[in-house]
Amino acid sequence: MSADRAVRLTLRYLVLTLLALIVLFPIYVTVVNSLLPGADITARPPKLFPSNPQWHAYADAWSDGHLGTYLKNSVIVTAFIMAGQLLFSILAGYAFAFLEFPFKRTLFVVFLATLMVPLEVTFVANLTTVTDLGLYDTYAGLAIPFLATGFGAFLMRQAFLQVPRDLHDAARLDGYGHLRFLSRVAVPLARPAVGALAVFSFLSAWSQYLWPLVVTKDDRLRTVQIGLKQLRNTNIDHVNVTFAGVVIAALPLVVLLLIFQKQLVRGLSAGAVKG
Amino acid sequence: MGRVAFESVTKRFGDVTAVDDLTLEIHDEELLVLLGPSGCGKTTALRMVAGLDDPTDGVIRIGDRVVNDVEAKDRDVAMVFQSYALYPHMTVRRNVEFPLRARDVPKEDRDSLVMEAARSLGIEDLLDRKPAALSGGQRQRVALARAIVRRPAAFLMDEPLSNLDAKLRVQTRAELVELQRRLAATVLYVTHDQTEAMTMGHRVAILNRGVLQQVDAPQAVYERPANLFVAQFVGTPPMNTIAGEVRTGGNDVVVHVPGGRVTLPAALGAAVRRKATTRDVVLGVRPEHLVLGASRPAGNGSAGEGMGTADGAGLPATVTVIESLGHERHVVCRLEDGTLVIVRQAGDEPVPSVGARVSIATDAEHLHLFEATSGSRIEP
Amino acid sequence: MTRRRREAYLGYALLLPALVVFGAFVFYPLGRNIYLGFFRNPPFPNLPKRYVGFDQYGEVLGSSDFWNSLKTTVLFALYTVPTGIALGLGLAVLAHQKLKGIAIYRTIFSSTVATSVAVASVIFGTLFNPQVGLLPSIGISPNPPILDNPTWALPAVALVTVWQSLGLTFILMSSGLQAIPDELLEAAAVDGATPWRRFRQVTLPLLTPTLFFAGVVGTIFAFQSFGQIDLLTQGGPLHKTNVLTYFIYSELRLHSNPGTAAVLATALFVITLALTLIQLRFLERRVHYVR
Repeated sequence: MSADRAVRLTLRYLVLTLLALIVLFPIYVTVVNSLLPGADITARPPKLFPSNPQWHAYADAWSDGHLGTYLKNSVIVTAFIMAGQLLFSILAGYAFAFLEFPFKRTLFVVFLATLMVPLEVTFVANLTTVTDLGLYDTYAGLAIPFLATGFGAFLMRQAFLQVPRDLHDAARLDGYGHLRFLSRVAVPLARPAVGALAVFSFLSAWSQYLWPLVVTKDDRLRTVQIGLKQLRNTNIDHVNVTFAGVVIAALPLVVLLLIFQKQLVRGLSAGAVKG
Repeated sequence: MGRVAFESVTKRFGDVTAVDDLTLEIHDEELLVLLGPSGCGKTTALRMVAGLDDPTDGVIRIGDRVVNDVEAKDRDVAMVFQSYALYPHMTVRRNVEFPLRARDVPKEDRDSLVMEAARSLGIEDLLDRKPAALSGGQRQRVALARAIVRRPAAFLMDEPLSNLDAKLRVQTRAELVELQRRLAATVLYVTHDQTEAMTMGHRVAILNRGVLQQVDAPQAVYERPANLFVAQFVGTPPMNTIAGEVRTGGNDVVVHVPGGRVTLPAALGAAVRRKATTRDVVLGVRPEHLVLGASRPAGNGSAGEGMGTADGAGLPATVTVIESLGHERHVVCRLEDGTLVIVRQAGDEPVPSVGARVSIATDAEHLHLFEATSGSRIEP
Repeated sequence: MTRRRREAYLGYALLLPALVVFGAFVFYPLGRNIYLGFFRNPPFPNLPKRYVGFDQYGEVLGSSDFWNSLKTTVLFALYTVPTGIALGLGLAVLAHQKLKGIAIYRTIFSSTVATSVAVASVIFGTLFNPQVGLLPSIGISPNPPILDNPTWALPAVALVTVWQSLGLTFILMSSGLQAIPDELLEAAAVDGATPWRRFRQVTLPLLTPTLFFAGVVGTIFAFQSFGQIDLLTQGGPLHKTNVLTYFIYSELRLHSNPGTAAVLATALFVITLALTLIQLRFLERRVHYVR
């Protein structure tokens, strides 16, 4: 390779590496600071590498900081929401893709219209509704407004439309009713979309902030996102504990996304590339 | 214009060698066809000239310039892609104009050059349309117009006719040849279709698995294939191949084949004798050089040189399938050991019946002989 | 019962659960918000609210607080959406090169998708903190400190938002780039175009569907941003980060004014809807779709 080429190549890697470091920097600082003893955190110049890692910050965050409880709550609520979203979206997507009924078009528009109405607009009234139903400060209350999603129905409908018409006809001739066709043929064939929806659903449920903030008061029901706020506010003097909490809170998401990268990308591209 | 040369060019992708030590020169103003089955490395070779892939080893020249380290955009070649690669968001005019804009050619010059190219290819009326609104044939012309609009040193064409329907293909073939002559362009043309290769190229270079098999004028490749691969790849229907064993006895060199013996002409026989170790050979005869005769009872089916003459005894065979194409007929016969041999007859010759026992003969000068293991041609 | 009828009933049955949820938690709230807006809330709890018709609407929507909040929200969107898209696109283009080990960079650039708004806000909030943060060590010590600084608070929150959504934008832009056939860029290279020209005249036009999607969705998200405000600045300093969502929240929870909050919520809905429709209308025309 010529020298000119080599220089250009090195430059490219340099730029890429620089940008990567910038993007990672906040995360790096978080991890490092979670391991630094209290005094080192305010040291000037700042310590960029923990020479004497203090792991106790994590234990503190977990127990005193109740992060263990918060994580549990997030898991329960997220599971609830995911189950609802997957189930209702699959059912709705199936109806839109394979069944004929009056006002189908209009109803689909209605589903899509819900994407235009965010929680930030509806939470005012939703709070009253949920309280009246006696679901304030409950897991159900945390999950119930999100059990259905227009995006999920859109995604599943899209996926089901890809199932060849012939398959559906053949199944009907073979005596498959709708529900059996749905569970035995349609869903397995649409597995990538289901995967994408699951990832997307998990992501949005896990990251929720506003709703858990307003609909729970009891510390025992706090989800991990609000828990972080609590942790930070009670640990202003122990930044390392806060940072340890951040790492713990972020870890499940990191692990899951590493495993399910493909599904995530697919879910996102569904909207973007088709336009 | 200029020449293009590969000098010991090799391209490896990991463990796979796509192009193996290729040395080939495309002369100035020549249309050279790079022919071969899919996966033989021809497109890879083309892309290396374009600068879209880099050789692992070896040197590529355009004109006299070594271009290994030259970026694609500076190589002064034009490429017509198999799928045309037209910019879908630009009109035909903008598409054709693109290479000129890339070189900052001033507007007035651009306009006249675009018109000239458009007229050359008969697409003046399409200039304001977008590619999506064009037929396959029209898109292909646009791709060509874009290529010729500046006068590059060389044209690279990657199976440009493969996406056209049969009738259009025949017509466009002739137009391409005419275009090349008119522009006196140096063209490297890649295809897997041997009809295109034979009818269009000044010379044909045949590749198989990255290795150059033969490069010569089409007729030469047809009449004197350098090895079994070339012999069977070029020519429709393909050359018949019959496995045989050499026995030298007395003055003659004889090849034993299923059902009989073939005496080799002196010069060829001498060549075989020189290759002392050769025992297993493959005889090749083109279908049009075989003659069908009534079968002769018993006998060993050889008289004089060659496979016998038409009224001498030929190889015994049974007619299995007759394919009638109107102007000619392909008679598929089975030799004693099951080898299938195709005989080409003119339409007005007498038709044999299926299942009939016949004898197949040819003249000595139409015999091709190849070594069985290496496939290479044995020549006097 | 005919098969047609059965199918229709089944269809409705399958949609029913979702529709119930939508009805209760999406559409009903829209109406209820409007209704709640008719009632002014007393300064003390336990006193009944008063019906005032559209007066409260007029008051709230005419107030300087509202217009300030709207302005702040728009400003916030202007800070985050174009920047986010540009950065995501830049990274995507750089990571689209065929280099050895590029996959690692791609993973790193998409990594922020694993951070939530809360995570990002807590991290940056601490980094911005004048006592324990890192800014002073690189020489940035504004007075007042960044998150209390009327000039810099909103940009700082915008920065956090851009960083947190970078992973998502990167993935989106990358998908868009993947959709452009390599052959087109190869053809452009052979035609003599420089990398910059290839980008501007081939890549960018064909990327417009993705850019468009990112723009519309990004704006919607920007208008819905809440977590970072709550964690970093709580609407201050001097209401400089009081975006609409936070305004709604603070009226509801901190000032016990459901009436005002409802009016603002309805306003937020109308504005977001209008913006989306405008974008769909005017921008989609300029989008080139690859066939």
